[in-house]
Amino acid sequence: MYPSRFKYESPKTIAEAIKLLDAGKGEAKILAGGQSLVPMLKLRFAFPEQLVDINNIPGLDYIRFDADGSLHIGALVRHEHLEKSVEITNRQPTIAAAAPLVADPIVRTRGTFVGSVCHADPQGDWAATMIALHGYLVVQGPKGKRNIDMKDFVLGPYANALNYNEIAIEAVIPAPKGVARGGYLKLERRVGDFATASVAVSLDMSSDTVLGAGFALAGVGGKTIDANEAASALIGQKLTDATIAKAAALVAAKAEPRTDHRGSAEYKRHIIETFVKRILIANSEQKVA
Amino acid sequence: MKLDEVKIGGMGASRRRVEDNRFIRGKGNYVDDIVLPGMLHMEILRSPLAHARIKSIDTSAAWDMPGVRLVLTGEMMAARNLAWMPTLSYDTAAVLATDKVRFQGQEVCAVIADDPYIAKDACGKIVVEYEVLPPIVNPVQAAAPDAVQIRDDKAGQVGNKVFDWEIGDKARTDKAFADADVVSKIELHYPRTHPSPMETCGSLADYDRATGKLTVYMTSQAPHIVRAAVAMVAELPEQNIRIVTPDIGGGFGNKVPIYPGYVIAILASILTEKPVKWIEDKTGNLTSTGFGRDVYLKGEMAMRKDGKILGVRMNTISDHGAFFADAQPSKFKIGLMHSAFAAYDIPTAHMFATGYYTNKAPGGVAYRCSFRVTEAMFFQERMVQAAADDLGMDQAEFRRINFVKDEQHPHRTAFGFLTDSGQYEKCLDIGLEAIGYKNFAAEKAEAAKRGRLLGIGISTMTEPLGAGNSREYDILGIKMFDSAELRIHMSGKALLRTGSRGQGTGHETTWAQIVAHELGIPADDILVEEGDTDTAPFGMGTYASRSTPVAGAAIAMVARKVRAKARKLAAHLLEVSEEDIEWELGRFYVRGNQERGVTIQECAMAAYSNMPDGMEPGLENVAYYDPPNLTWPFACYIAKVEIDPETGVWDVLQFVAVDDCGVRINPMIVEGQIMGGLTEAYAMANMQYQTYDEEGNIIGGNYMDFLLPTAWETPGFELYEVVTPCPHHPIGAKGVGECATVGGPAAFVNAVMDALKDKGVRNIDMPLMPNRVYEALTTGKDVYGMPPVRSGN
Ligand SMILES: Cc1cc2nc3c(=O)[nH]c(=O)nc-3n(C[C@H](O)[C@H](O)[C@H](O)COP(=O)(O)OP(=O)(O)OC[C@H]3O[C@@H](n4cnc5c(N)ncnc54)[C@H](O)[C@@H]3O)c2cc1C
Repeated sequence: MYPSRFKYESPKTIAEAIKLLDAGKGEAKILAGGQSLVPMLKLRFAFPEQLVDINNIPGLDYIRFDADGSLHIGALVRHEHLEKSVEITNRQPTIAAAAPLVADPIVRTRGTFVGSVCHADPQGDWAATMIALHGYLVVQGPKGKRNIDMKDFVLGPYANALNYNEIAIEAVIPAPKGVARGGYLKLERRVGDFATASVAVSLDMSSDTVLGAGFALAGVGGKTIDANEAASALIGQKLTDATIAKAAALVAAKAEPRTDHRGSAEYKRHIIETFVKRILIANSEQKVA
Repeated sequence: MKLDEVKIGGMGASRRRVEDNRFIRGKGNYVDDIVLPGMLHMEILRSPLAHARIKSIDTSAAWDMPGVRLVLTGEMMAARNLAWMPTLSYDTAAVLATDKVRFQGQEVCAVIADDPYIAKDACGKIVVEYEVLPPIVNPVQAAAPDAVQIRDDKAGQVGNKVFDWEIGDKARTDKAFADADVVSKIELHYPRTHPSPMETCGSLADYDRATGKLTVYMTSQAPHIVRAAVAMVAELPEQNIRIVTPDIGGGFGNKVPIYPGYVIAILASILTEKPVKWIEDKTGNLTSTGFGRDVYLKGEMAMRKDGKILGVRMNTISDHGAFFADAQPSKFKIGLMHSAFAAYDIPTAHMFATGYYTNKAPGGVAYRCSFRVTEAMFFQERMVQAAADDLGMDQAEFRRINFVKDEQHPHRTAFGFLTDSGQYEKCLDIGLEAIGYKNFAAEKAEAAKRGRLLGIGISTMTEPLGAGNSREYDILGIKMFDSAELRIHMSGKALLRTGSRGQGTGHETTWAQIVAHELGIPADDILVEEGDTDTAPFGMGTYASRSTPVAGAAIAMVARKVRAKARKLAAHLLEVSEEDIEWELGRFYVRGNQERGVTIQECAMAAYSNMPDGMEPGLENVAYYDPPNLTWPFACYIAKVEIDPETGVWDVLQFVAVDDCGVRINPMIVEGQIMGGLTEAYAMANMQYQTYDEEGNIIGGNYMDFLLPTAWETPGFELYEVVTPCPHHPIGAKGVGECATVGGPAAFVNAVMDALKDKGVRNIDMPLMPNRVYEALTTGKDVYGMPPVRSGN
């Protein structure tokens, strides 16, 4: 596997990296964990003229809960950091549930959360998680910083809303009003497999009432699927058999699966509905402090 | 006084693998590690289409690139009579396509350049114009009356059929069916899979015009066969051809055939007068080199009400891809498929086999099995389970009453093999006990309360290993024997060379143990060398579990020849006549006076320093072993699975493996082979296959779709041992490298089918992916896996 030729730079600051991207006029690509980009180079699915390696820029590997309860994930936080973070385990159940299901343990040591979101793979786990969590990205370009809401970020398969000279520097998940609950379930054929179908569910709960909810799907459409509309079935309600069934049906209706070697469209839709139910039932059975 | 055989690393010692010293340190020496001065690199341009006529090829832009030394096309190969080459099954295969491409991934052009990047870039500059033809991806399409002929290059070829072949007694079998109380039927597909060794195929060809010598470093499980083939194809004198197989990163049958890349690299080296290296990438390996299986199996079993099997009918339709390139003994068109039911006492059987060409990669290699035995055993055990269910009989009991009994051996099977020995019931009983068969009904009821379905699946196998016997087994006319050459140095240390070729399987360790057993020389004192045709004696190579049954036997025989000479030396040293000499491990002594003796090492020294008058000096010999029969290991594998009916996902709760491979040389290596084989079996049953879409695009041409299980999902395996020594093998060994891959898949599938027994489902084709299990559960219908894959909304 031999990629085509490319130039390689390894800047030490974000400003330098942006300058390189700007000069590249769309022919330069950021290299983060390399777990998607390097395979694409090797298979010659991507032919950038230049790689801008951001791994040597200090200060981008933080996982931070601010005083207001919002969660900030720096551009160089690896999947593994999230999987092993005690704070994430205690405070952000959707990410905590997804982290051990992303790729395999080896890939998780290198791949980054933000890189995965930017990659916008329709089967990627983190873009779906971000959508369900109503998150946004902080991005920086020659003209300074701006925020891009996740609902506007994924434009299509492998296409995002960044300009060629912008870097996503952190992912932000807004604070819940009550307690953050939720989960992530993925049907995969083997560890390290992309999703046949997966569901990210976020819940914002006060006692046993749902204040807010979010749903997103991977593997069942041409891009990551935003199913946040289904929250309407739950907001202001308790998690009962009836509300759970209604929400699950609404989420499943948003899926756009195709029949392929992993299963029929109906099967994938059924899995989505089953998984939503399972996550919501598990949350309904858990006592909220 | 007496040597402790285990201490010297003899038979039965779980000696650590000596080759691992270099492997775990990253000091292995694979083809790609070899660097020769002035070496060039070759890259192959492959067809993106499954079936298309080549209208034109423009290589000018590739030639223009700096660093490109040679661009080869089919036309240029044809000018040297090398556009086509013979396969191991008396067919021809394209080296570089001239007229048509016949499968996706087929070799179209080759670029030889200063480095592999340039070669790859230059491949991208070649423009090939194709005229698309309709692709054929299964035998039904191939057999259709209006099907396009794939092999229009072959004079006399009619349609897309490769062969019709039959074996067994049709009239007698028809009669058995007429007399039967119950007839059971089953129909299934053993899907196409791929051996996918960690190291892909590759070679480094080095032709030296000054000496006329061609040296090829390559990934081959059978270097001597390659030498013979190169002599034939390239018309070079055999003494000037040296094939070297350095360390091999797994073979599994994938490295038996001769691939276009090898041939092109040789020609490129001759033309450029430089060494030319070709290392296939992973996609190239998965999409173009020898696959395994891809057989449709249909069968019927005739039975008496009491469960006695009266006869079996089998019908196989095999999909060979674009060229009939199966690596198998030439007499048997569908390998040893007729080994099916060898462990069962069945009066009569008949099999009819048909093969077809399709627009898929050629191969049909014996992927970790003795030539289609995997398909045979899978069919056998699926058929047996279906029959037991139809009779309403317990599946273990049904097997028990139909097994060949221990004392019936040697037993002539319905298809004509002679099984040598075995204790089938004993193996079954150990397995049933270990899995808790008696309590299973209660366990199943308990799981049902949790909404889960439990199933138990039994699979037994016996496999004919160690081809030949030269009467029946040959490849391209070369008889299937094997060899060993043993040289004892004067210090009593030894060098052993064989015609087999280890490929991660531990030959360097176990071969020394056989010599230690025969001569009492510590295994650590014996160097084992294989894989260089200039030094190793001629052998047919390693596949089909033939190394221990054939080369292993040759090692014992050569050691015995050496011992016979050492005995003469001992008589000379002890000053008695040879008849008065007795042998114990590592030592000769005078009969009646055990104190008076000489060690084998002392005899070795005498062979160089103190031989009797008239005796030829030195202590070495060579043995060629032509086995009297095949060896027949047996195994019983039992799986217990739990299904989540809402998703179709199934988990293995317990897996028990009882293996009888005869005498175990190195129990640790035997267990490693079984564990590895069961992991492959699990992969095939659960997740792994290569399929094709309507356009003939391969699905499973990369490791995101062709799935290898990891340690995370692979279940634990409980291993048990039974030893029935092989009566005709010099050390009683039967071979074990493949038993688990062969017998394992049916255990998993039978377990899942057992769990679905009352749902009206008889079969789900492998792999039993959750969607297939769910479909069977919800529709109550069988699920078939024939390509093309379904697609759409
Ligand atoms: C074997 C294997 C299995 C996998 N399985 C899964 C799986 O199950 N689920 C899953 O979700 N993913 C999976 N992945 C993908 C993995 O999660 C990647 O790590 C992730 O998609 C990309 O993150 P990265 O840091 O490696 O990005 P890179 O590969 O370095 O970059 C990916 C893309 O994002 C861009 N990019 C990266 N960082 C930034 C940034 N800060 N700003 C702007 N653009 C940026 C790059 O230019 C590139 O286009 C798998 C990968 C492998 C190799």
